[in-house]
Amino acid sequence: MDYTLISDNYNFLLLGLINTICLVSLALLFGGIISIPLAILSADRHRIFGPIIWGYTYFFRGTPLLIQAYLIYYGMGQFEFVQNSFAWPILRSAWWCALIAFSLNTAAYTTEIFRGAIEATPLGEVEAAKACGMSRFTMMRRVILPSAFRRALPAYSNEVIFMLHGSVVASTISVIDILGAGRVINGKFYVFREGLYSAAVIYLALVILITQGFRIWEKHWHAHLRARPTGTPAPAPKH
Amino acid sequence: MENIWEYRDLIFIKGGLLTIQVGLGSLVIATIFGLLGAWAKLTTNFLLNWLAMGYTTIIRGIPDLVLMLIIFFEGQIFLNFAGEWTGLWTYVEISPLTAGIGTIGFIMGAYYTETFRGAFLSIPNGQIEAGIACGMSRPLIFRRIIWPQLVRYALPSFTNNWLVQLKTTALVSVIGLQDIVYNANSIGRKLREPFTFLFAALLFYLVLTAVSEIVLRSMEKKYSAGVRRV
Repeated sequence: MDYTLISDNYNFLLLGLINTICLVSLALLFGGIISIPLAILSADRHRIFGPIIWGYTYFFRGTPLLIQAYLIYYGMGQFEFVQNSFAWPILRSAWWCALIAFSLNTAAYTTEIFRGAIEATPLGEVEAAKACGMSRFTMMRRVILPSAFRRALPAYSNEVIFMLHGSVVASTISVIDILGAGRVINGKFYVFREGLYSAAVIYLALVILITQGFRIWEKHWHAHLRARPTGTPAPAPKH
Repeated sequence: MENIWEYRDLIFIKGGLLTIQVGLGSLVIATIFGLLGAWAKLTTNFLLNWLAMGYTTIIRGIPDLVLMLIIFFEGQIFLNFAGEWTGLWTYVEISPLTAGIGTIGFIMGAYYTETFRGAFLSIPNGQIEAGIACGMSRPLIFRRIIWPQLVRYALPSFTNNWLVQLKTTALVSVIGLQDIVYNANSIGRKLREPFTFLFAALLFYLVLTAVSEIVLRSMEKKYSAGVRRV
């Protein structure tokens, strides 16, 4: 291992890191925005949208992200109308194609996570909200979604890590992400260890950071579930 | 469309079979690594505990494609080094197929380790003690008490892992294996119909997913016979 080679070319890795972080966080943002209405509709078992959403999530969860990205990046150009449309400048760039593929993919997984969490809402909470005379929208906003997000957090943290892992697919459609940067270094200096191992270390560090971040977030959001401090009980009030 | 029919042999028969081969081959290896890892995590040997923990933490922290490339290159070097050192063989070249199956198996083994460990911990210890009290030998306890329940508890998480693993097999096309993705992509681009061909590959994976789900759910039903549902 030639460490000076890595430190001399840190700017490649930095570019890769920035690209990966941008892609993953934007995909998670868009995926989250798409998935919330979809999850609500599919938890409601909407007669028309329900099966459509089921088909969407089944399709994206049942096929590899690699082919989804290929399909958008290499496949879209097959159609004349796509090439003539306003979206062509976006669909021609590998970066945007990766973002679209990642967003659609993570939206499908997140929809399922949120749907499960919404469906697991204790019936009593819904009944109480109805008894208070809340409208459907208020009930969603104040009761169901906040408690569903709390319940979804552990599964969602897994999804974030899977998204980070999945983002290496970007390097196969020529985006310089972390792995892409590693492979650029490898190709430039005819080595293989330096680039790949630095990429591996960066990914590992990111995963550890994400896990720790979610641990703190969970501690904050699940504060009400934590075991109460035990010890000598407080003295009974004197009369 | 007619182009797909024309190239069906190359895509679905050759490429598709290779994908299935990589999937099932790596499943065997991953199960072995998973069982070994779970055993190493559960035994009282301090060194084995640490080894297994390092294995699962590092493997699950690094993306599969990065690991695959590292193991693909490193495995080749290691094998030749080992051959030279022991003097048993001179130069061997690992075929991409072996490398693909081996690396996916090794990677997914870390996930199966957690599956089997969790399942093992779900078996009440009293049952194993009861087996000892009846004078059963250790293999007999494993065969009659542990294994049937291990399968029962492990199956739901096993199903999830297998579906992830199936999708991971698409990555072998990156290390040059001519699986369904590789063939669909190269032929599709040659004929200027990449969308049609890649979509066919996508549908192939969808069918594999659906079939595995049906098979594994029915297995789940079989192994849960006798479990009372509330």
